[in-house]
Amino acid sequence: MNLFQDALNWILDPANYAGPGGIPVRLVEHLVFTVAAVLMACAIAIPVGFLIGHTGRGRSLAVATSGGLRAIPTLGLLTLVALWVGIGLGAPSVALTVLAIPPILAGAYAGFEAIDRSVIDSARSVGMSESQIVRTVEIPLGMPLLIAGIRSATLQVIATATLAAYVADIGLGRFLFAGLKTRDYAEMLGGSLLVILLALTLEGIFTVMQRLVVPRGVASGRTPVDRARSARPVPGMDPAITKGTH
Amino acid sequence: MTWIWANLDLLWDRTLDHLVLSVPPIMLSFLIAVPLGWLANRYRAGRGVILTASGLLYAIPSLPLFFVIPAVVGTSLRSPLNLVIALTLYGVALMVRVVADGLASVDEDVRQSAVAVGYSGWSTFWQVELPLAGPVLLAGLRVVAVSTVSLATVGAVIGAQSLGSLFTDGFQRGIQAEIIAGIVLTVALALLLDGALVLLGRLLLPWTRLAATSRRALRVSRSAEGSG
Repeated sequence: MNLFQDALNWILDPANYAGPGGIPVRLVEHLVFTVAAVLMACAIAIPVGFLIGHTGRGRSLAVATSGGLRAIPTLGLLTLVALWVGIGLGAPSVALTVLAIPPILAGAYAGFEAIDRSVIDSARSVGMSESQIVRTVEIPLGMPLLIAGIRSATLQVIATATLAAYVADIGLGRFLFAGLKTRDYAEMLGGSLLVILLALTLEGIFTVMQRLVVPRGVASGRTPVDRARSARPVPGMDPAITKGTH
Repeated sequence: MTWIWANLDLLWDRTLDHLVLSVPPIMLSFLIAVPLGWLANRYRAGRGVILTASGLLYAIPSLPLFFVIPAVVGTSLRSPLNLVIALTLYGVALMVRVVADGLASVDEDVRQSAVAVGYSGWSTFWQVELPLAGPVLLAGLRVVAVSTVSLATVGAVIGAQSLGSLFTDGFQRGIQAEIIAGIVLTVALALLLDGALVLLGRLLLPWTRLAATSRRALRVSRSAEGSG
């Protein structure tokens, strides 16, 4: 427990809060860097995901690419891009964005796919245009899964942004590598705890957000038992939608 | 390319290191997750606690976890044991939810039939629930295997030798071929373990190939029922 005491002292030491390498600056860097990469990935992945989800075309290609991207080791991608682009912020931004795309893409089209086909057919039969169906039916009903995708992308990016400090002078990861170099365990552990705290805070925010975006009519039909049963949701068999309210 | 031919020994050694580092966590996480998943499925209170804990655990970034584990367990920072523990924790976090969901997906009628023909609780689990949840467990374990192989490379920055060492070494010495070889070998190793698990699944769950076709038929009939 002594080690944690040292790490806590390091976190609370006012000397670590000053200057361009201080905790607040590194924390903001880490956060801004993460948010920028996730937003950039969203701008690419969400429109493509919606298109795949709505038309049902290109799904197998999307599954294959996102599966393949997931197997690529993040450290390998970071170091390779760093050798190409040179040391600086460019390499990690590219790598982080690439890594954030697959989960967001999967969330976007899976959200559309989980909707009962009869709901969409009903929307079409009452005279909604395709763009109305996308905007008023598919996007709201698919939102929880999209947010889940953005959530796992964000967690992935936070973790990788820590690693990015290996190739660029950025973020909370600097404390980990600086401590490693000088064998300062308090700094390493303190920095690690800060990253963990940041990740868990964002995880908490996303958990709340995921609950808030469930449309009201859907939320009332969802019981804990249903959720336990929907282990592997068959497309179009989402119990929350098929069973309605009880 | 010339670098690769000149260093085949190194690549082979790192691949073996990587295998030694990533296979135990995959097996351990399965062994630990099955009883925990059973608890989560059996007891409602346990479900909340276990699933929340595994969700939070999975949210912890890997590199910081590698630094925290020595402080908790008392191992030395450079010990490969830290990596094995951390990777096992991630595997368990992923797998527990899969086990709980897989067991929950076993039809209640089937479970009750097993009880009716005289199976004890213990043998219902081993001979009915676990095999029926098998395909779901296998799918989960494949995800664990691929992500464990990929995550194990991160340990290289704290000095645990693996295919990840090719990234740190290649970066520091500016050898692109070394990094590319590392990426290719990591993905290949992940695919290899994934394929091995699929093969193992065919051996242990010989009825699943048959079930795949009947499940498709069932889905068609169900969706017809749903829209009717």
